[in-house]
Amino acid sequence: MITAGREAWTGRLLLILMMAVTLLPFLSLFVTALHPSGTYPAGLAWPDDPQWDNFLRAFEAANMGELLKSSVLIVLGVVPVSILLGTMAGFAIGHLRVIGGRVIFLLFVLGLTLPFEGIITPLYYQIRDMGLLNTRWAIILPLIGLFMPFSVFWMRAHFVNMPGELSESARMDGANVWQLFRRIHVPLAMPAISSLGILLFLWTWNQFLLAIVLVDDPAKRTMSGALGAFQGQWGTDIPLLCAGSLLILTPTLVIFLIFQRHFVKALLQGSLKG
Amino acid sequence: MTRSAGARSAHRRPAVTKLGDPRGLVGWLFVAPALVFYAVFVLRPTVLTFQYSLYEWNGIGASTWVGLANYGKVFTDPDLSDSLVNAFQLIVFFSAIPVVLGLAIAATIRRIAASRLALVARTVLFLPQVIPLVAAGIAWSWLLASTGVINQLLSIIGLGGVTRAWLGDFATALPAVGMIGAWVLLGLCTLLLLAGMSKIDPALYEAARLDGAGPWREFVSITVPSLRQEIAVCVTVTVIAALSSFDIIYIATQGGPGNTTMVPGLQIFYLAFSEREVGMASALAVVLMVLVIACALPIQWFAKDGNR
Repeated sequence: MITAGREAWTGRLLLILMMAVTLLPFLSLFVTALHPSGTYPAGLAWPDDPQWDNFLRAFEAANMGELLKSSVLIVLGVVPVSILLGTMAGFAIGHLRVIGGRVIFLLFVLGLTLPFEGIITPLYYQIRDMGLLNTRWAIILPLIGLFMPFSVFWMRAHFVNMPGELSESARMDGANVWQLFRRIHVPLAMPAISSLGILLFLWTWNQFLLAIVLVDDPAKRTMSGALGAFQGQWGTDIPLLCAGSLLILTPTLVIFLIFQRHFVKALLQGSLKG
Repeated sequence: MTRSAGARSAHRRPAVTKLGDPRGLVGWLFVAPALVFYAVFVLRPTVLTFQYSLYEWNGIGASTWVGLANYGKVFTDPDLSDSLVNAFQLIVFFSAIPVVLGLAIAATIRRIAASRLALVARTVLFLPQVIPLVAAGIAWSWLLASTGVINQLLSIIGLGGVTRAWLGDFATALPAVGMIGAWVLLGLCTLLLLAGMSKIDPALYEAARLDGAGPWREFVSITVPSLRQEIAVCVTVTVIAALSSFDIIYIATQGGPGNTTMVPGLQIFYLAFSEREVGMASALAVVLMVLVIACALPIQWFAKDGNR
């Protein structure tokens, strides 16, 4: 638009500076990870003899194969169920407009900004009494509940805008409510559903508090939860810790770079709605 | 269905009214599973948090009713009240820096929106938002360590005298932790504000230019006022992030040195699971939830006068 020379150049400089600050931690992790294990590298210095196999060692030390599997299992437990239940409830509240839906919706909205720390104590005793401590269910089941306010809120916002005529004509053709939902509305809601899926995936994958409180065995946690244990164990071996951290943040980074547009859009809409 | 309300009620009327009224039992079958999960794993624990907060309990033996005594301690015991004060100080870093800097960056990106630099910047600045906070904590702990990059850079520019272990120093630990939060949240704020800016009518800017407004004047009189809603969202999201921070601090400082970076989230965790003070932990949890709701309410008002 406007490109008065000096203005544009100070702008560019600011952007480049901010990008440098953003990338610095990643760069520092990477360079440090290449130093000989057990040393304390000083600042940013390319090692004389880059130890590429630090990544391999960290992969084994952090039991990364198991962790990936565990995180995937947890995501598979949380995300599809949250989407299904959230979509059904959003459909009923936003489109069918069930009797009392307004009150129920308010009840869900109440939980929208709830900090997880607020209920973690009773949650611990509840999970213990259910006999689920130290199983992946201890992360999966509460997360479905904790994500429900946002899922319902998100899907309701979609269904509220769907025209009623659509359903009426389907009903004329003899569809029951489930068929109406399954055949007409779910396909139409796919964009909203996939954005929700992206957000829930990210929040599940990065979930830390529930993992460290409810599951003792790092191999049954999410990746972030396991990283906490890894730090405790390898906190003194800086290069190895850096290599491990990089490995653990790589999956989300790769998925972000692939689905970049969707990610950004979903996160922006997510914060506007939430 | 009466005449005057006709248009509105047609709008609000249930989509389908015949065949096993979906507004009743059938509709409720759609809501029930979500409600069950929410009730069991959120509502029940929330109610229990209130209940626990009125007792003294070590999590194992019998509990003793103490009324509001736990709340009294939350506000008078310096260890606990300090964590609340720290959380509010973190707001400056988690919220003020990302919003102010985000505005500057978004305005810059908008100006050169078509360039490759702008596209790259949007992606790069967003990266911290997708990685686990734990990884951010580890990366920054190392950057801020006594042999880390920050001190190296300071020495290069001749400020070797101020180098220190930033996260281990009583005076700098809290701001240092705050910077990590600012780093994480900057990208989200930038993109939110940028999205808001793209909705501003370009004619406004043309008119301002014709009136002889410079870029600063334009920014203050057009950009910022038009972004009221987006700024409100940024502030709310980041304030909540500051109040309920946990991951970064657990990894970077564990609340230390001393109690200088202790925050309510971490304090609840310690009280409940290390010190076995379940009642105190719950009282602090209730205070935290009330604070977050008090800060989050404005977003509902702002969202209402939006375009939905």
